[in-house]
Amino acid sequence: MTTTENDATMTQSSAWRGFEEGPWKDLIDVRDFIQRNYTPYEGDSSFLAGPTEKTLRVWDALEKNYLSVERKQRVFDVDTKTPADIDAFPAGYISEDDDVCVGLQTDVPLKRAMMPNGGWRMVETAIKEAGKEPDADVKKIFTQYRKTHNDAVFDIYTPRIRAARSSHIITGLPDAYGRGRIIGDYRRVALYGLDFLIAEKMKDKDSVADQPFSEHWARFREEHAEQIKALKKLKRLGEFYGFDLSRPASNFKEAVQWTYFGYLASVKSQDGAAMSIGRLSSFFDVYSERDFAEGTLTETEAQEIIDALVIKLRIVRFLRTIDYDQIFSGDPYWATWSDAGIGEDGRTLVTKTSHRLLQTLRNLGPAPEPNITIFWDENLPQGYKDLCAAVSIETSSIQYESDEQIRDHWGDDAAIACCVSPMQVGKQMQFFGARVNAAKSLLYAINGGRDEVTGKQIVTGYEPVQGDEPLDFDDVWEKYELMLDWVVGTYVEALNIIHYAHDKYAYEAVEMALHDPEIVRTMGCGIAGLSIVADSLSAIKYAKVTPIRDETGLIVDYKTEGDFPLYGNDDDRADEIAATVVHTVMEKIKAIKMYRDAVPTQSVLTITSNVVYGKATGAFPCGHEAGQPFAPGANPENGRDTHGMVASMLSVAKLPYDSALDGISLTNTITPSGMGRTKEEQVANLVGVLDSGFGFRG
Amino acid sequence: MTIGSVGDSGFEAPEHRTKGAGLSGIEEAEVSREERLEQMQNGTLGSVHSWELVTSVDGPGTRMTIFLNGCPLRCIYCHNPDTLKMKDGEPVTSDELLKKIKRYRSVFKSTGGGITISGGEVLMQPRFAATILHGAKEMGIHTTIDTSGYLGAACTDEMLEDIDLVLLDVKSGDEETYKKVTGRALQPTIDFGDRLAAAGKEIWIRFVVVPGLTDAVDNVENVANIVARWKGAVSRVEVLPFHQMGRDKWNTLGLKYELDETEPPSKDVVERVREQFRAKGLEVY
Repeated sequence: MTTTENDATMTQSSAWRGFEEGPWKDLIDVRDFIQRNYTPYEGDSSFLAGPTEKTLRVWDALEKNYLSVERKQRVFDVDTKTPADIDAFPAGYISEDDDVCVGLQTDVPLKRAMMPNGGWRMVETAIKEAGKEPDADVKKIFTQYRKTHNDAVFDIYTPRIRAARSSHIITGLPDAYGRGRIIGDYRRVALYGLDFLIAEKMKDKDSVADQPFSEHWARFREEHAEQIKALKKLKRLGEFYGFDLSRPASNFKEAVQWTYFGYLASVKSQDGAAMSIGRLSSFFDVYSERDFAEGTLTETEAQEIIDALVIKLRIVRFLRTIDYDQIFSGDPYWATWSDAGIGEDGRTLVTKTSHRLLQTLRNLGPAPEPNITIFWDENLPQGYKDLCAAVSIETSSIQYESDEQIRDHWGDDAAIACCVSPMQVGKQMQFFGARVNAAKSLLYAINGGRDEVTGKQIVTGYEPVQGDEPLDFDDVWEKYELMLDWVVGTYVEALNIIHYAHDKYAYEAVEMALHDPEIVRTMGCGIAGLSIVADSLSAIKYAKVTPIRDETGLIVDYKTEGDFPLYGNDDDRADEIAATVVHTVMEKIKAIKMYRDAVPTQSVLTITSNVVYGKATGAFPCGHEAGQPFAPGANPENGRDTHGMVASMLSVAKLPYDSALDGISLTNTITPSGMGRTKEEQVANLVGVLDSGFGFRG
Repeated sequence: MTIGSVGDSGFEAPEHRTKGAGLSGIEEAEVSREERLEQMQNGTLGSVHSWELVTSVDGPGTRMTIFLNGCPLRCIYCHNPDTLKMKDGEPVTSDELLKKIKRYRSVFKSTGGGITISGGEVLMQPRFAATILHGAKEMGIHTTIDTSGYLGAACTDEMLEDIDLVLLDVKSGDEETYKKVTGRALQPTIDFGDRLAAAGKEIWIRFVVVPGLTDAVDNVENVANIVARWKGAVSRVEVLPFHQMGRDKWNTLGLKYELDETEPPSKDVVERVREQFRAKGLEVY
């Protein structure tokens, strides 16, 4: 034992040479390490390097041999015999040049693996849709011997949840697929090495050993055991590729490789709806700056390493069904990489590596993954702001968040999971809650719980709107509030069940192994259809809305006469209705007890299920027609924000962030030519628009 | 009714554009007819069609463009025919509008933007426009007017002092074509341009290329020659290809739209027009 410990100390002291010491050396604290060691970069992007020959060769080989084939047939290949795990597959490579940052999910690029812990039926459907047959033995294991997350959820679901699911007022729940929205602190693998992390987890596990039995206690110990096993598998994964991950990374290239292995282990073992990678640039940059000082790294090499990592992040693949692709509009995995922002001490977190990350979009061309997300603040260095705007204009591949809002609530080492959900890396996870259809809830309120599409009575005990007179705002609002009690209650009940079952049957062991022993959990509830609710309530309040009934008395359409204010035009009358809806839903969520004492949050977010939600929903007082797609996230209704993008940004900014801590999204499409006559003008205008949208003080 | 006729008759605002695209968040003034006339006379009440926050369209940065109602011209390619009649606008007080402008000060500051008063024709309501421009200048906001120049005489010297930039539409280069396009005379626009140039005001020229109407080499050459006279003041020329985005408005208005069959100009023609301006040493987009 003594020898091993000495070895560990020796490798640490050599890997950590030159770093400023601090609490991070004794306790796992990556933020402390970054803050003491990183170099903010205030300059422009002229130092950046283009792609190397090798980068281009790997990228070309990937395109020619794999991506082009996949585009033709949707799925490149599926392994039907090997249930996925961290160490289930041997090493694989894109080509002989693929040696800068290595590691694939399976043994072949784009080949997808089964992850049946979430549920067998999805796996079987997806395999068949890919033109293959599931292996009989594997099927037997996961249908006869091994219970799945999906089995457990449906064992527990209540009748009202089943009714709400089948009428699509609550839909897209993670009850048959991986929940995602957990970001392992993959940097820990690089900074500490696995031996240290395993030893810490063992200490944590036994720190409670002499406490009396309780369910919480048992789960704590069992989950830690799972985490330790996962870290040991991760060590094996490193060995497959010829790396010793037991020790800390000793240079930039290793830091990137070690961190990527941590992420790779998670996407080898979990197919969560969003598998985000965290906030890496300033961490990596500590290593590149040290290598530069030691004369062992050039800018071209540094860029090649980041390019190689990004190539890997572009080819994560999960086995999904066609249905799933429809809910999420494609095959996203949200490898979100959060960057930039300002630290709590006022220094920018922008480093040269932040610039290098953006440069990958030029070196490799635009791509949706990794989902590069910039924490924007008007005080970011000008050179970086200009680069962001220029690359946005060139590639449309950058997402922006308000740094100030995230920093104020979650500190300066938070990252986005998926597209808007912020969390402190390694200290916090989210129970992903998809979205509840807040718009359809309004129609349920008006029809007293009868479904406006099928006519079925889904909810009982609620009074519908009476008579054929124009709708009265106070009456409808009162009914909406009451109906929201039922909808939100049913929704949160489903989420509690789902996450209880997910923890039990599809636990994210390696991701959680890269978290602190005790963490904050949030319950990420969400709403869809905000703009429709806001505009419809506005129509009821400011115009004349007469209900139209079918022969059974069901209100199926509306006649709306007169003008009414529309959400998304910086008009307080409509925007305040939207804000009130967000606040009201949140208050109702908060009143319910959450599984594992999760902190309830809410999102009004952009994902992509708008089409699916819209299909299952009837017509609205605002003129939104039955079956039409919803606007994404907090976006105004399509074509109804007629006062320009900045006005719609200011409307969205009125939504109460305290009631929507899981994030609010606004999707805008900007054509470069719409931002100015010259590239310089376009860059300056986009920087200005972002500054004014995020920094607005009216 | 004929398109070429000038005056305030026969135009009704199309219903579907009055929803949403209007005042949103600016309160309509409730005034009697007498009050309305009196306040419009003294510049504290305007007839406003709508507003918009736009980037890189009506001047530098992100701007609040305010569309006033009423126009003396009847351009056959007009893409805002619903702004032609002053009485179709909503009554808005200068205080109310300035309050809204004030709200966006930080947007203007971050983007290097400001306000642009457009129309209709801004100089149909010179007193109201003057009040708004002066109020904006007092808040340190960059000001622009978007005008045909036809009513340039209505722009007082005091008003001119409150204007940082003039977007001047020169719709054609000879009296005959100008009359065909707008129903009015060209000379007032030239006079206004001369005055702006003499006062050293910054000018952006706009010229719309309409196939078969304004795109003739000679016509463009005439426009370019006029603009070249103001060279010291003109910092850019924007050559705008005709588009059909206003067609639905003409139809909703029940008006005869003479350009129904007209296609947007080809890239080659637009580039040729730009070259004609460039040849005079102008900055052209």
